[in-house]
Amino acid sequence: MKEKLTVIIDYKLGNLFSVKHACDHVGLRVITSNDVEVIRKADALILPGVGAFGEAMNNINQLNLQPIIKERVEAGVPLLGVCLGLQLLFEESEEFGNQLGLGLLAGTVKKLPNVSEGGEKFKVPQISWNTVHTERVPWKDTILDSVTEGEYFYFVHSYYVSPKNDSEILCSTNYAGLKYCSGVMKNNIIAVQFHPEKSGEKGISLYRNWAKQNDLL
Amino acid sequence: MSVIRIIPRLDIKGPNLVKGIHLEGLRVLGRPEEFAEYYYESGADELMFMDVVASLYERNSLSEIISKTAKKIFVPLTVGGGLRSIEDINQVLRAGADKVCLNTAAIKNPEIIKKASNKFGSSTIVVAIEAIKESNGTYLAYTDNAREYTGVDVFEWAEKVQDLGAGEILITSVDREGTGEGFDIDLISRIAMQAGIPVIAHGGVGTIKHIIEGIQSGGADAVSVASLLHYETIKQLKSPIHTENKEGNTEFLRNSRSFNNIQSTNIQQIKGELRDAGIHCRQ
Repeated sequence: MKEKLTVIIDYKLGNLFSVKHACDHVGLRVITSNDVEVIRKADALILPGVGAFGEAMNNINQLNLQPIIKERVEAGVPLLGVCLGLQLLFEESEEFGNQLGLGLLAGTVKKLPNVSEGGEKFKVPQISWNTVHTERVPWKDTILDSVTEGEYFYFVHSYYVSPKNDSEILCSTNYAGLKYCSGVMKNNIIAVQFHPEKSGEKGISLYRNWAKQNDLL
Repeated sequence: MSVIRIIPRLDIKGPNLVKGIHLEGLRVLGRPEEFAEYYYESGADELMFMDVVASLYERNSLSEIISKTAKKIFVPLTVGGGLRSIEDINQVLRAGADKVCLNTAAIKNPEIIKKASNKFGSSTIVVAIEAIKESNGTYLAYTDNAREYTGVDVFEWAEKVQDLGAGEILITSVDREGTGEGFDIDLISRIAMQAGIPVIAHGGVGTIKHIIEGIQSGGADAVSVASLLHYETIKQLKSPIHTENKEGNTEFLRNSRSFNNIQSTNIQQIKGELRDAGIHCRQ
């Protein structure tokens, strides 16, 4: 049987090495690429990301990646979004005026508050470990399989996603008194706001789960 | 309150982990990779490597240490020391670092903060500020492990680096560094209060109580610790020192000495006491 290939979509923003290290560690056959033909042949896709929403979308459009990502996702290819990769799946972001995203999920991207309702100051970006909590989507047989309620993961972000459909929310997290969506799932799309590749062995287990559940090893 | 991070700091000279006082007088403690792995396994929230000599020749061994470590360690890794250009930053990121820490280059050429944060994302850029309290009570920023006077006011500089796009500030009290006398709370709290971005406190921790003070009175979002952890780790690792390696003063290690005013502890013990004090941190 042909070995399965996972492609980390490289849209020339941020550092992809840690995602690649994590994939290598769990035994995925993985390459980073922004070549449309390579992406077309992939058995699974990872949309990573660190940086600004607008710049990311500009790069994606300049590299002409939007049609191929949509095409493959609609064809049922599993897609894992990480951090900015989660935000890009939505329709638009309020970062630096309104910016259009990939629109694979309904909803918008908003700025994290830097003060709670009680007046306590919070730092933005949130650069911190934080906990994830169950929402509508049961965790069994998802990447969060065997993760316990309230587990810590590593977050780095200034914006958060606000999905239109509650039924697509995989997990939530609290910051500055705000409960926000920190993970989504819809059919073959699954994405998280935190960095599993930077969240210790528990984080690595998310990549392992995803690889196994999609038969990629 | 946010979740507080405990960040072991590993000062590196050539292939060795070293530790000094006031960022000077370096002593060799062992192999950085072993310490890093040990800290990762015992619950470090991030790790920080600082190349304290950072000559061109030594840079190669730093890259090697980073790439070995990055393959085994799945928490954020910040690397600093002697990074002078976008290309230098790119190199350590390619070796496997998640963030870089700038000091000297940033003061000499503040635009590098802007360029680097645009290119790699703000959250990748930490600016280190080495502060020395002058006799008139003001705090000035120094560079090159506190050897070079700049005349730059620490608080003005902290505001500027944030405007330029830094994602975090690492504030070091050089007067306290390596002494075990505790944080300079005035310094830490003024920086943490004015900054809208996370502040990592460094310099002076001798006991777990000092860490708690830095968080509760200082308002630090993260604490960088070295001495407190290293001496305990030496006992745990019992790593044989590379005697063929003449890069530093190894006598200290061979004699198994440690400082009297620095508590010897580990990450789990620190986190346990933090939680008892009502501070939120990862298990």
